[in-house]
Amino acid sequence: MNIAVCVKQIPDPATPYELDAENHWVIRPNDQVLDDTDRVGVEVGLQLAEATEGTVTLFSMSPSGSLQGIRQALAMGADKAVLIDDESLKGSDALTTARILSAAVKREGYDLVITGTESTDGFTGVVPQMMSEILDVPCLSFARNVEAGDGTVTIERQTTTGYETVTSALPAVLAVTAGAEEPRYPTFKGIMQAKSKPVDTTTAAELGVDPVSSQTITAVDPVAARAAGDVVEDDGEAYLKIVELLEQVKVI
Amino acid sequence: MAIWVFAEQIDGAPSAGSLEIISKAASMGAVSVFYIGSGSSEAFAALGAHGATTVHHLDTGDVLPSAPASAALASILHDTDTSLVLFGMGNTDRDVAGRLAARLGQPVVANALDVTLEGSVTSEINGGSLALTTRVTTDGPAIIVTRPKAFAAVDSGGATPEIVNVSMPDSGRSGNATITERHVEASDGPDLEAAPVVISGGRGLGSAEGFAMMDELAGLLSGAVGGTRAVVDAGWVPYSYQVGQTGKTVKPSVYIACGISGAMQHVVGMKGSQTIIAINKDPDAPIFGIADLGVVGDVHKVVPQLIEALKAR
Repeated sequence: MNIAVCVKQIPDPATPYELDAENHWVIRPNDQVLDDTDRVGVEVGLQLAEATEGTVTLFSMSPSGSLQGIRQALAMGADKAVLIDDESLKGSDALTTARILSAAVKREGYDLVITGTESTDGFTGVVPQMMSEILDVPCLSFARNVEAGDGTVTIERQTTTGYETVTSALPAVLAVTAGAEEPRYPTFKGIMQAKSKPVDTTTAAELGVDPVSSQTITAVDPVAARAAGDVVEDDGEAYLKIVELLEQVKVI
Repeated sequence: MAIWVFAEQIDGAPSAGSLEIISKAASMGAVSVFYIGSGSSEAFAALGAHGATTVHHLDTGDVLPSAPASAALASILHDTDTSLVLFGMGNTDRDVAGRLAARLGQPVVANALDVTLEGSVTSEINGGSLALTTRVTTDGPAIIVTRPKAFAAVDSGGATPEIVNVSMPDSGRSGNATITERHVEASDGPDLEAAPVVISGGRGLGSAEGFAMMDELAGLLSGAVGGTRAVVDAGWVPYSYQVGQTGKTVKPSVYIACGISGAMQHVVGMKGSQTIIAINKDPDAPIFGIADLGVVGDVHKVVPQLIEALKAR
């Protein structure tokens, strides 16, 4: 099976994001990391590829920078990567991102496209759905327990009240939840091999996509922070403070 | 200019989120609802009571709904002059919003906490420390995904709406996905999203067994039990327990966070709680920055003591 896994390099999520003053876009450092939730998509892709003697190709739209994040995914075992690194795509919204990724995936050929549910830096959470519409294939979202059969894929899809079992024809887009699989750690061998795996770069023009801006951030305002209250070290009787507060707010 | 709201049927009734959004939309103008599910006169009455004047109803049956629902909604919107199409954060909401947007060539603005008729949207980033105002600059309907509990559901006593039955469109290759089984994960006790007290557990509980004391504490306070994405991913509790960006948004009178560090992912789902109590052994945990009362200590000591004290009352 020919598996496309879409991944994103993001600024280290441990620190708050900084926005540039002019357009209010997230400032992206040269060293970006692989979005943690994308490790799950890579893992699911690798398992399906192993079961079907297939290949895993990574697709990513971002300034390539040091390629640290992409190498992390290659080190897990992905075969190669296609990177769309284009200054004109700076500040792209979800629709442009979906158009770019769809065009790239289509050009390379695919049976299954795997994505995460939403990125940690932008969290719009609609790129996989948009890609499925652009590619005219089913969208298997919020998925876990993925099993591929003969020309089909079956998943469990999270719902508000539980989950549903969904069977789809291929090709399809599969958006996995963060808990779908435990991502593997790269081995030393994997890390060494990742350095020489092919990373092709391409542009919006080469993919025939015209980047259009369809939304603009008109204001950025600080939100009044919720004031921190008392913090007490437990001396064996801190629970009494909790009881006291529960009484005060009339819960007990 | 029309306002459309997407609504999905859950457990025989419109989702709680959809009634909130319909109420907000009704405060701005006339509201048409695109409703998917089997439908019933009670369900339609609830939509009308919250402000829907017209309901277009599509039953997608066992077909995965996103492809047929977005195709049908797109063709309806094609023939109307629409300013806003509003969605909630439900999984099917997001699926239909994304497909619809790509079909119409329109952007999606997500995580909205407020919206105007002109398509100006307020949202927050960095765990709620910065508010962004975003405006859609294209012509055509602004497609907006709103956060749960951004608006209050208001039963304004509206009449039963006009019902238009929508027939299942041919969604071609995109529609080649079928729901073969539906599983409901039963949960005891009060509804997490409506409970006045929420007891939530994080990785600091150490294991799935740690949730036994969460259940016990919740029982004593008539509360509901929630969890972080980390514990849901670890399989300690089902997804229906998840509070945060990708889970539920709760605004109880009291939120007790046990062994939760306070990652942004989690905080956005609970920072609207009236009173926050946090117990964590790490004094530097960000959760203490928003807690009204923070206890630096071992949840396995503090929570059992609290349970005993409440039992003794």
